[in-house]
Amino acid sequence: MNRKLLLPGFTVFVALLFAFRLGYLQISSNNYQSLSENNAVIERPVYPERGYIYDRNGTLLVANQPAFDLMAIPEQLKAFDTLALTQMLRITPEFLTKKLNDSRRYSVKLPSVVVAQIDPKTHGILQEKIWKYPGFYLQDKSQRAYHTQAAANILGYVSEVNTSDLKKDAYYQMGELIGRQGIEKYYEKYLRGTKGKVYYQKDKFNRIIGDYQDGQNNLEVTQANDIYLTLDIDLQAYGEQLFQNKRGGVVAIEPATGEVLALVTAPSFDPQLLVGRSRSENFRVLRNDTVAKPLFDRGLQAQYAPGSPFKTLNALIALQENTLSPETLFPCDGGHYYAKGAFMECHCSVGTRNNLLSAIYNSCNTYFSYTYRRIIEAYPTPQEGINQWKKHLNSFGLGNYLGYDLPIGQPGYIPDASLYDRVYGERGWKAPTIISNAIGQGEILTTPMQMANFTAAIANRGFYVKPHFMKSISGEPQLSEYEKKWTTVDSIHFETVIEGMHKVVEQGTARVARIKDIEVCGKTGTVENFILLDGQKTQLTDHSMFIAFAPKDNPKIALAVFVENGYWGARWAAPIASLMIEKYLNKTVKRSWLEQRMLNGSLEAEYQKPYSGVPFKINE
Amino acid sequence: MNNSIFLRLDWLSLLLYLSLAVFGIVNIYSATYVEGQTDLFNLQTPVGKQSLFFVLGLIGGGLILFLNIKIFDHLSTPFYFLMILLLVSLFFFGKTISGARSWFSVGGFGLQPSEFAKIGTALFLAKILSNFQTNLKTPKSLLQVSGILLTPMFLIVLQPDPGSALVYLAFFFVLLREGLNLGFLFVLLAAVGLFLGTLLLEIPVMVSIVVLLLVMVFLLLKKRRYKPKILPFVGIGTLAVAFVFSVNFIFNRVFEQRHRDRFNIILGKTVDTQGIGYNINQSKIAIGAGGFGGKGFLNGTQTKGNFVPAQHTDYIFSTIGEEWGFVGGVIVILLFAALIIRIVYQAEKQTNTFRRAYAYGVASVIFFHFFINTGMALGMVPTIGIPLPFISYGGSSLLAFSLMIFIYLNMDANRLNEW
Repeated sequence: MNRKLLLPGFTVFVALLFAFRLGYLQISSNNYQSLSENNAVIERPVYPERGYIYDRNGTLLVANQPAFDLMAIPEQLKAFDTLALTQMLRITPEFLTKKLNDSRRYSVKLPSVVVAQIDPKTHGILQEKIWKYPGFYLQDKSQRAYHTQAAANILGYVSEVNTSDLKKDAYYQMGELIGRQGIEKYYEKYLRGTKGKVYYQKDKFNRIIGDYQDGQNNLEVTQANDIYLTLDIDLQAYGEQLFQNKRGGVVAIEPATGEVLALVTAPSFDPQLLVGRSRSENFRVLRNDTVAKPLFDRGLQAQYAPGSPFKTLNALIALQENTLSPETLFPCDGGHYYAKGAFMECHCSVGTRNNLLSAIYNSCNTYFSYTYRRIIEAYPTPQEGINQWKKHLNSFGLGNYLGYDLPIGQPGYIPDASLYDRVYGERGWKAPTIISNAIGQGEILTTPMQMANFTAAIANRGFYVKPHFMKSISGEPQLSEYEKKWTTVDSIHFETVIEGMHKVVEQGTARVARIKDIEVCGKTGTVENFILLDGQKTQLTDHSMFIAFAPKDNPKIALAVFVENGYWGARWAAPIASLMIEKYLNKTVKRSWLEQRMLNGSLEAEYQKPYSGVPFKINE
Repeated sequence: MNNSIFLRLDWLSLLLYLSLAVFGIVNIYSATYVEGQTDLFNLQTPVGKQSLFFVLGLIGGGLILFLNIKIFDHLSTPFYFLMILLLVSLFFFGKTISGARSWFSVGGFGLQPSEFAKIGTALFLAKILSNFQTNLKTPKSLLQVSGILLTPMFLIVLQPDPGSALVYLAFFFVLLREGLNLGFLFVLLAAVGLFLGTLLLEIPVMVSIVVLLLVMVFLLLKKRRYKPKILPFVGIGTLAVAFVFSVNFIFNRVFEQRHRDRFNIILGKTVDTQGIGYNINQSKIAIGAGGFGGKGFLNGTQTKGNFVPAQHTDYIFSTIGEEWGFVGGVIVILLFAALIIRIVYQAEKQTNTFRRAYAYGVASVIFFHFFINTGMALGMVPTIGIPLPFISYGGSSLLAFSLMIFIYLNMDANRLNEW
């Protein structure tokens, strides 16, 4: 063995060994790259300011305001005046101690939130004193600021993402905000913009020590869009005002465009309640009110029998099916026998003979029963008849979701042959069996939104545009989405019905809705309704209902109003509709006596009845 | 010999040395870089200090080149004892840094006598070996050289700085070159093999392997009609088995947990990325993240984030691996290998035992440091805190290695000069 080669031999051996080891670590094994990135690179989001929301006239409805979190870095804390700090923040010393212990447990070097969402006033005081508290600092955050107390049901609200949001959409991270309801939810992607990302180099204590690769991997922020709504906030607020101490709703639509001018639900709430530190507490109170249901949007989610306004649709269908002409006369003797021993009452006096026009403004039950029978019986079987009838109604947007741009709603219900075949058997029913449908009772269910929509279709003489709330995104109108949808009823058939609706206001059941110099068309409704009370089906006072549009020619507004348990249509719903039309078309309301009556009127006593525990009378 | 020393100089070794030292400063700059740092040669920063010691080394080295070759021969004995004296006086005047009393504080700089003691030991050992009375086959000489090596080792262990003490084992190569029985090497390798084997495998398995190996060798020899005696084999076997048992006993009973951990992590018996294994794991991540071409100067995220502890001193190789990649790592390995082999190659040309033994000492010490330090950064050798020569941050280390190299250069240049 050559001693001279011993050390060189070892050297060569070790050099080769190390080179192979290096090759293994650096070239063949690639999991070290990602390990090192997890280790040393930190990603921080940059948020665009959330978009503003305006009404149709450019009035600012929703903006943002700064909020502040009090943060602490445990490592940097020094002894401080605990009492003074807790008094400023209006928290208990125990709360502060607990929070500081929690953050110490989380990390002594990283900041944690001690008190979240401090209001601007407290922040002002705190900001001057914060230098006395080393280790504490205030962090800016942004939260929603509402410039209106109305329209909470349309605007919706934002809240922090929860675990199911995180699962659904990888975009979000813990602690971020997401549109939870209303416009905030539906147009979330436009309102939030797209957050950017900044990558930082961190050190072994997770502290940021600089940009990572000079920021070349950073993602730019995409600014958020502002949303302009079709809403007229003055009309909306006025509607909500008229509904004080009442329950119900209004849907007002501009017929030619399908733009929703107002969507009132009562009772509602101040949108500012769902912002800031007391958000969850306020939300709990609203959610737990299961009687008045302030979070329930009656305009979109409530399904009622449509009542008398529905007669206008049956008239149109009969005209289209050619089973009725405007001149057709039917006798009414204070009602009629639609089957052996089955009498349907009507408020016409004995010996009345109505044509279509007078039948509409007198709301003659008998006339529309005959009309409905003719529709159904025009076909060999009632099954075919009713399915044809349903097809026409579907073309008015009934019986299904309308597809408007809010995240909630109900489809309503239009019965067809399969329902009655199931209930009565295939040969067990005929037109008289289902005669309630003639006058908008029976099995039909509609939402106020659907009623406003078919009113708009009547006002348009045969078409509607899908109702919607968004007028433009950052000033860009999104027109392509909104085209005319023609009904299956030809335009010529509408004039008689419209004339009848005009007469309803001029000389019929809703003379209270007459406005000087404006030709208002309308139709009242009085809808029977029942609830389950202690397991008993109990009838409550009728709902007051009214559909209307104005002016008669070239209509600008169509609406559906209903007032829960308001008794007959002209009592509450018609005056409210009339006042809103006046407000919208004239900008001012001259009939202050009517306005006062509506503002001061309260139905709270009526709503207490079923819960009073004592027997009560209805319709008084 | 009127030729200027520059014509006879081993320029290759000098170049290798300069490359390593400059590359070291570059990497110390990166490893200690703070965003926004501008002053390059502030003497308060590690880069500034290292640069200062580099310059001091060059000045001192320049002076050494013009010294008469005989001086080293004459001064080796007093220099060695001076170093021993310094090591002893550390216990009275030394400064304690991170638990070890290894430093003298001189005008704001810390000096580490154990680094310079290597030069003294290399010179003195060479001097003794070149003595015609010395014969490594005799117990007397063996005792003598053992004393020379064990005295500084003992003093350094007491500081306590066992890593630096271990470096003196490097001189084993010098002894082997100068006539030590190769049996010692065999016994050492066998001992290391048995030691690692015992840690990795169960005792019965190890015993079986020892017995099987001996029987095979015995039968092999017998087949070749060589008449082996059974007794030596039985003796060796008994010793080996006894060693295995004692290793097991020492490892489990005498070692402290932290010592056991260092071995267990390297051998892959424990997975630990937070405690003691943190250094090794972070170092491997840093090196692995470098890839083929590296992340580039000042772009190592591990390095910038200070994830690898002691990354400008003992773990400087992790910064090299991360920022310069496989290419940079291999170049550093090649530079070291070339320097070591070049010194040995030149040493073999010496006809004078003193100079050859000294050159061998230099090569051996560099090799040992390189092997332990780089192996540690690559996760192949247990954590032993000694610097990477010329590269790791540390004034004493850089200065001592520089002087060591320049003494070698002087001796090499005056190879043909008889005294």
